[in-house]
Order: sequence, then structure tokens, then C-alpha cells
Amino acid sequence: MLELIVISTLNGVLYGMLLFLMASGLTVIFSMLGVLNFAHASFYMLGAFFGFQISRWFGFWPALILAPLLAGALGAAVERYGLRHVHKNGHVAELLFTFGLAFAIEEIVQIIWGKSPVDFRVPPLLDFPAFTLFSTNYPAFKIFMLVVSIVIFIGLLVVLKRTRIGLIVQAALTHPHMVGHLGHNVGRIFMLVFGVGTALAAVAGVIAGPALVTQSNMAGLLGPILFVVVVVGGLGSLPGAFIASLLIGLVQTFAVSMNGSLAGAFGPLSPDYAATWLSDIWNVTVAQIAPIMPYLLLVLILIFRPMGLLGTRDT
Amino acid sequence: MRKLALIASIASIALPMLGGAAMAQETVKIGYIDPLSGGGASVGEVGLKTFQFLADELNAKGGILGKKVEIVPLDNKTNPQESLIQAQKAIDGGIRYITQGNGSSVAGALSDFVTKFNDRNPGKEVLYFNYAAVDPVLTNEKCSFWHFRWDANSDIKMEALTNYIKTVPAVKNVYLINQDYSFGQSVRTQARAMLGTKRPDVKIVGDELHPLLKITDFAPYIAKIKASGADSVITGNWGQDFALLLKAAADAGLKVSWFTYYAGGTGGPTAIKQAGLNHQVFQIAEGIPNLGHASADVFEKALRAKYDFSLFYPRAVNEMRMFAAAAEKAKSLDPVKVAAALEGMEFEVFDGGKGNMRKDDHQFFQPMYIASFGERTDKEPFDEEKTGWGWKLAAKIDTPQTVLPTTCKMERP
Repeated sequence: MLELIVISTLNGVLYGMLLFLMASGLTVIFSMLGVLNFAHASFYMLGAFFGFQISRWFGFWPALILAPLLAGALGAAVERYGLRHVHKNGHVAELLFTFGLAFAIEEIVQIIWGKSPVDFRVPPLLDFPAFTLFSTNYPAFKIFMLVVSIVIFIGLLVVLKRTRIGLIVQAALTHPHMVGHLGHNVGRIFMLVFGVGTALAAVAGVIAGPALVTQSNMAGLLGPILFVVVVVGGLGSLPGAFIASLLIGLVQTFAVSMNGSLAGAFGPLSPDYAATWLSDIWNVTVAQIAPIMPYLLLVLILIFRPMGLLGTRDT
Repeated sequence: MRKLALIASIASIALPMLGGAAMAQETVKIGYIDPLSGGGASVGEVGLKTFQFLADELNAKGGILGKKVEIVPLDNKTNPQESLIQAQKAIDGGIRYITQGNGSSVAGALSDFVTKFNDRNPGKEVLYFNYAAVDPVLTNEKCSFWHFRWDANSDIKMEALTNYIKTVPAVKNVYLINQDYSFGQSVRTQARAMLGTKRPDVKIVGDELHPLLKITDFAPYIAKIKASGADSVITGNWGQDFALLLKAAADAGLKVSWFTYYAGGTGGPTAIKQAGLNHQVFQIAEGIPNLGHASADVFEKALRAKYDFSLFYPRAVNEMRMFAAAAEKAKSLDPVKVAAALEGMEFEVFDGGKGNMRKDDHQFFQPMYIASFGERTDKEPFDEEKTGWGWKLAAKIDTPQTVLPTTCKMERP
């Protein structure tokens, strides 16, 4: 039992940190531009595919640096030459723009790399069990993923709290108009934030690609969860996104490891109802509904605390 | 000048269409409706190439009744609704034969669709050849005259697997992990029922259903299997759901025996080698390389020379060869006549031995093989996915022992 708890905690934290890498960019972009960027997970996918391609040519380590830079530059370009023009037509147009962009990116990725998974391998240097815990091995690459996300998290905190640019970004989070009135180049800040946000998502892509599956539907699998993280954490709140990411990572991982069901709690259903719909509900286990847990959380949060866990503004 | 350009452009559009119509009479088109994108793409792609290889084989011998065989790929994203759209598209394009294998949810929808379509459109009937969807209901409660299945259904496979497990006393604590849809559910119920009667001493220490083709990291599930103290796992997982499950097991160093339906699918052998599970992963199938059947070996070598994968679908070979034989027997490519010729047909299967397409439910019965994957001896010439490891025969089940009763009440046109 202890073994299961420890391993599940590790897995949950790891998944949570991956989510945070993506959600951090998304939440900052949302609060500054007021746009829920539907294409955000697509940059995660782009990161994975760029990483795959570059690691083919130059190896994994250059890919870890180059792929996010490339995806970030692309993200900045999307803001500068796309979103900024669409901005004039209001939020709905912006929303639709990112929505379309997500599909376009998926199609382009399919054209270039095909529809089936590509062979993105863990670098040999990290392909060994890091340690053995109660006879379960924990892969070194996963520890590496954890370390990278923690380093980036700390870096992000330092930049936001200790630098001038971070100060402006923070101000723009809560008072975007006031920052503009104070004479800062809001346009450039937006572009920068968009670029950095998408680059972070791409970092997540490069490190998740080899551990999970790199294929053209990976954005679609992760995208919806990101919105849950952002809403649950509170719009525009980085600490909120952090807590929500970990929470969802842990909830999903632990839900999988639980076998509880209504039948387990209240005893088996009386045979009279065995053939009815009730028996399905009665016998479904927590593990089976693990994938919908985050969405359940989303619904509950929106009902009882619409501004999210640490949010200050209403949507 | 402008007029000329207009005529030229119309001609350029119209001519290929005319050409297409002329061509259509020279070819037999088979609509291949399977995932070519998404989580099922890795197996769908291999299936497509296998069928194209088989079409080439038939064409090299002059095609079917002198007509060239052509496989038309249609991507269904492992989605029943999308499959029906693709089936309609195929029919609109003049296709009278469709084949599909991945996902019994898809198969159920397609069988239903084809049956209804044929009721409403007499004279334009469409036949559905199922090469891998193994939910038993397709040849029982929901059987259809227009559906033919070449893979042994899930109950037949579980019967054979549990008969084998009966002879392995080391199996004491079994964990069931399956995909959450009709097929996975039927595997788990049958495993429970059959183990219960054949090995009442075996304990089921876990019974898991997970979403179909959506999980990218099985680490949480592996942690759970580990914690349950299981010594064996029974799974019907296929495609990436098997490869990733084994990959996570390899990462965590989980050492148990695996009794599977589809361990040989894309990525499976690589993951088994990685996990170091030498002859601890078993698979039940209608054929494997290394059985030493001469004509099968020739085929296997030719396939491997052309593509970088091995034959995972001997059933597809049986399907295409029997289709050709049935058309020749009926001397027609009319689906109704071909269907009539297929009913009850006896056939020498790919790996040797007699198989027959039961008339009562259109289920094909054939010899089945249980094999384990690991290091090879001189008797096993073929390896898989360049791992150096290959399949070794553990038990053969002859055709008569695979026959199970059916509840099908076939409605014939």
C-alpha cells in the first residue's frame, strides 16, 4: 500500500508539473490578452515534433534548447502578425482565430510527419532506472522531466518577482489598461508573453514526447485538461495554476489506483435491479471514471467558486 | 482564347472522370475502413499495407476473375460514426466490398449499417469482411448475413487461453486489465467465468477497465498491478494500448506473466524485449511466424523484404484468398453470390490445416496457436521488430476444439 502511495505521488506530481509548464503560459496569456488560446496545446505538440526532428539531426540535447526557441518564435509571430490584427474585431474573433489555428497546426503536422506516432526515443544517457523503490524501478528520464519542470518553475518565479519585465507583466495581469496608459509598449509585452508562453509549452512537448506518445492527436488529448487547470486555478493566477496542476495530476493518478465503487461502499445491488441502468452506476469504479475527474472538478469550481481557487477576478 | 481555356479546363476535369469510370469496370475495389490517424493509426497503417500486399499477390496471378484488385484506404479514426460516413463514401464511389478490423464498437456499427443498407437497396448489396473485430455478439445475437469474420472471436480465444493456463500451476494471482468498450468487457467477463470453472484456486486480484486508445502513460496502472501482488496479467489490449502498457511495465521493472490477444502488434515486441520478459508473454492467434510451414515462410520473407514489419494478420491472408476463391466458385463478383459461395466454405489456411466458414453465423474456424515471445533457437528463424527475439509455439489447438455454439438466427435474403 505504501509503495502504491509513494509511486502514485511521484507519478501525480510529475504529471502535474507537465501540466503546469503548459498552463503557466496559457493563464498569463489569458489574463493579459483576455483570450483563451485554443491553440496553446498545439504548441506543446509542435515542441514535441520539432524536438523529434532536431534530435534526429543533432541529438536530444540541442533539441531541448532549439525546439522551444523555434516554437516560441513561431508563437511570437502568431501574436505579432495574426492575433494583433484580429484583436481589432473583438474577443470572439480572437477566440475563433486561435480555434482555427489549432486545427491548421494539427493538419500541417499531419502533412509533414504523418498521422501515426513517430519514433521519439528517450536519449540513451537517461535510459536507465534512476532508483528502485520497494522493488519498483523509477525511470531516470522521468526524474529528468521533474527536474526540468521544477527549474523552469523557479526561473519563472524569479523573472516575475525580481525583474523589471516581470513587474510590468504582473501589473498587466491585473490592470492591463493602466499599464498601457503608463507608456509601456504593451504590444511588445504581449508578443513577448505569447512567445515565452508557447516556448514553455514546447519545452513540455520536448520532454513529454519521448516518455509519452508523439503523434498528431496529442494536442487534442491534452488541450481540454489545460483549460480545466486554468479555470480551477483562477484566471491569471500563476500560483493558482501551479496548485491546480498538481491537484489535477494527483487526483487523476490516485483515482486510477482506487477500486472503490458504490457496490463496494454499500454492498452489492439487490438482484432485482441487476439488469437495469442502475447496475452500471452501482458497479463503476473510481478508477474507471478517473479520466472525467478533472471535468467534474471544473463543473464544481464554476458553480461554487467561479473565480477559481486563487483567482481574484470573475470571468 | 478565353473560350479555348475554358474548354481545355472542362476537358481536363471531365476526361479523368471518364477514364475513372472505364477503369472501375476493370478493378475490384475493397474499401479498407480502419484508423489511419489517432491512437489506432499504428495498427491501421500495418493492416493497410498488409492488404495492399495481398492485393498485389492476387494481381500478380491475374486478379479476381481477371479483374485487378484495389484497396481503397478510408480513415475512420477508430470512431463508429466516422466509419459510417466512410462506408457511405465508399458505397457512393461504387465499392461493394468493405473490410475492417480494429474495434468491435466500429464493427457493430458497420455490420448494422451494411445490413440496413442492403435491405433498402436490393441489387446494390455490400459485403462486410471483418478481419479482426472479435466481440462474440457479432456472430451471435447481432449476426448478419452480410458480415463475415475471419478472426476467432473473443470467447474462442479465451477458451484456449484458459485451457492453457489450466496447465500452468505457477499462475495463482491474476490481474485483468482491458479497454473500456464492448470487446474489453467481454474479455473480462469471459476470463472471470472460465477461470472460475477451470481453475477455481486462482484469485482475481484486480479487474481494470481503462479508456480506449486515450492513455499515453500507463505508469499509474502498472503501480496498481504491482501493489496487487499479481503474478499474471490477462489483457485483450491492442495497438498502442498494449505497447504503452508493456513500455510502462518495462520502465517500472514489473515482472509478471502476460496472457494476451495482441502482444505481436506494432510496438509490442519492442516493449517486451525492453522489459526483459523472456518467454513470459503469451499470445493466442491464428498464426505466428516460426511455425515452419513452407508456403507461409515464403510469404513471410517476401513481406519482410518489402516492408519493415512481419505478418500480424494471417487472417487477412485467409480473407483475401477466400474472397478470390469464392468469386471464382460463384463465377461472379456480385456480393450476394459471393456471400452464398463463402457460406460453409472449406479452405486450407495460411499456416496449414483446414478451416471452414460456418454457415450458421459466418464465423471462420481454424487452427489456433498459443506462443510465447523470447530468445530463439535454430527452430525459430524469424525475429520481430529487429529485437532478436521471436515467437515460439507453446500449444496448438486444432479446428474442431475451437468450435463453440452460436445463438445466431441468420436471416437470409
